[in-house]
Amino acid sequence: MTATVIGPLHSDDGGQFIPPPVMKAVRARRVLPGFGLTMGLTLTYLGVIVLLPLAALILKSAEIGLDGFWQVLSSPRVLASFQLTFTAALIATAINAAYGLLMAWILVRYDFPGKRFVDALVDLPFALPTAVAGVALTTLFAGTGWYGRWLEPAGIQVAYTITGVAIAMAFTSVPFVIRTVQPVLESLDSQIEEASVTLGAYPFTIFRRIILPMIAPAYLTGCALAFARSLGEFGAVIFIAGNLPFKTEIAALLIFIRLEEFDYPAASAIAAVLLALAFIILFATNVLQARWLRRREAAS
Amino acid sequence: MSMAALDPARAFPQAAAVGANGRTTRSGQRVLITAGLVLTALFLVAPVAVIFAQAFSRGFAAYRASIVQPETLHAIWLTAVTALIAVPINMVFGVAAAWAIAKFRFPGKKTLISLIEIPFSISPIVAGVAYLLVYGSQGLFGEWLADHDIRIMFTPAAIVLVMLFVTSPFVVRELLPLMQAQGSEQEEAAATLGATGFQIFRRVTLPNIRWALLYGTVLCSARAIGEFGAVSVVSGRIRGETNTLPLQIELLYNDYNAAGAFAAASTLTVIALITLLIKAIIERRIGGAG
Repeated sequence: MTATVIGPLHSDDGGQFIPPPVMKAVRARRVLPGFGLTMGLTLTYLGVIVLLPLAALILKSAEIGLDGFWQVLSSPRVLASFQLTFTAALIATAINAAYGLLMAWILVRYDFPGKRFVDALVDLPFALPTAVAGVALTTLFAGTGWYGRWLEPAGIQVAYTITGVAIAMAFTSVPFVIRTVQPVLESLDSQIEEASVTLGAYPFTIFRRIILPMIAPAYLTGCALAFARSLGEFGAVIFIAGNLPFKTEIAALLIFIRLEEFDYPAASAIAAVLLALAFIILFATNVLQARWLRRREAAS
Repeated sequence: MSMAALDPARAFPQAAAVGANGRTTRSGQRVLITAGLVLTALFLVAPVAVIFAQAFSRGFAAYRASIVQPETLHAIWLTAVTALIAVPINMVFGVAAAWAIAKFRFPGKKTLISLIEIPFSISPIVAGVAYLLVYGSQGLFGEWLADHDIRIMFTPAAIVLVMLFVTSPFVVRELLPLMQAQGSEQEEAAATLGATGFQIFRRVTLPNIRWALLYGTVLCSARAIGEFGAVSVVSGRIRGETNTLPLQIELLYNDYNAAGAFAAASTLTVIALITLLIKAIIERRIGGAG
């Protein structure tokens, strides 16, 4: 490892993380050894592996200046790619919102043969390399594929269209909604539901009025994570997209193309936008979760 | 993602089934289960099936022939070596970070956890560009590295670095909830009896966290092996030199060598399925113990 490399951000971080007076207080209270070693390792690793590259990206894209930024981002091709990425990510998130909720529900509430198998299978998109997913989905939806052979005569073109892009994005982010909703659904108190059943409420009313509000924070978090992942997905999408400029070219691919043209400023500008979007989504979900935790603590 | 979340036995009998509208609930239940299973078969099972169907469409001999091409073999070797370097480093980081966060109180803990989770939400392509801007010729250290004749970009070293980036949250994420839940009483007892830090870790902590550590490592390896976007930016994709197996799949696919691409893809699919199997086994163990 390149532990000797000390970037400006890293040394800054190590110095300021724990103010000395607090350090003394912490040391007085603890019995266990290893704080200095493990914390040092953690901060060094984070500094070198995670923060240094992100700082470089921010610094290098700041060098371009606002005008340069605007010039890159306002080009029709870049705008078209962002529009496609956004629209497809929204469709993908909608697919996952529906499919994820259905799967979380049946996995928690019902018993059926093969349940364990299905439960394990749900994580497949995280375990399967994205390039493999891309090749597989393209093969399924191409004109001669298992699905394309039925869909294309019916006038539904999936491969090499925005639908294909959305399906690839949806595939790679399947586990987010399911795995965030599942534990919350499992921990729900059944008493309120039972009470509403005895009061004669219809199942759908119970779901909408009682269950949905309780799982809403987890559900929204799962959707936000799925959306974030979809915005940045690359491997699975580039196979099925066809990658036509202005039509089926996603933002991540455009970064790649600019890099191959050695247009580093343009690549870093687009990458900086994707990074900023990721941070905004991360921040929003953190705020959402914190608020939800506070409300739950206040209620109990 | 969350490990302790899955406990199918907890599904309590449907209270609604005994209500006045019991019959509609039963049939509704059947509709929902059928819909879920059909969608899962179409969406998750079919992609795996199509990989194997295509890989073996010309028989086993043809399959074997497309795997043993020198370029594909080199890609397998490179992927294995880089992952074997990245994963242990990540395990050390994961254990250290989980130890520091779970066993001690310090200000800024939440911020630290958020920092650790950052790579989860960042596009692999963005990560690749970020590394290029550090170690590439126009990057922060570009001139310094060139002066000292050190090449990192477009070499296996760069592949290892981006693997470390994209997989960095995996081990910590699995260890942290478990270590926080277990508390540190046992370790403190060992410490007061005079055990050294390393003894405490090996004799007390490690037996308690070994399954979570194994699971985190498995996830981390699967991701390192399968990483595509970040590796394709920093590896330079030099045929037979810096192509990892996922990149080799793309290359074969774009060369219209479908047989080769699917054969390579099937090996990665097998690794993914083994990952899921190990996960299911470990979850059952943790569920049974807890």
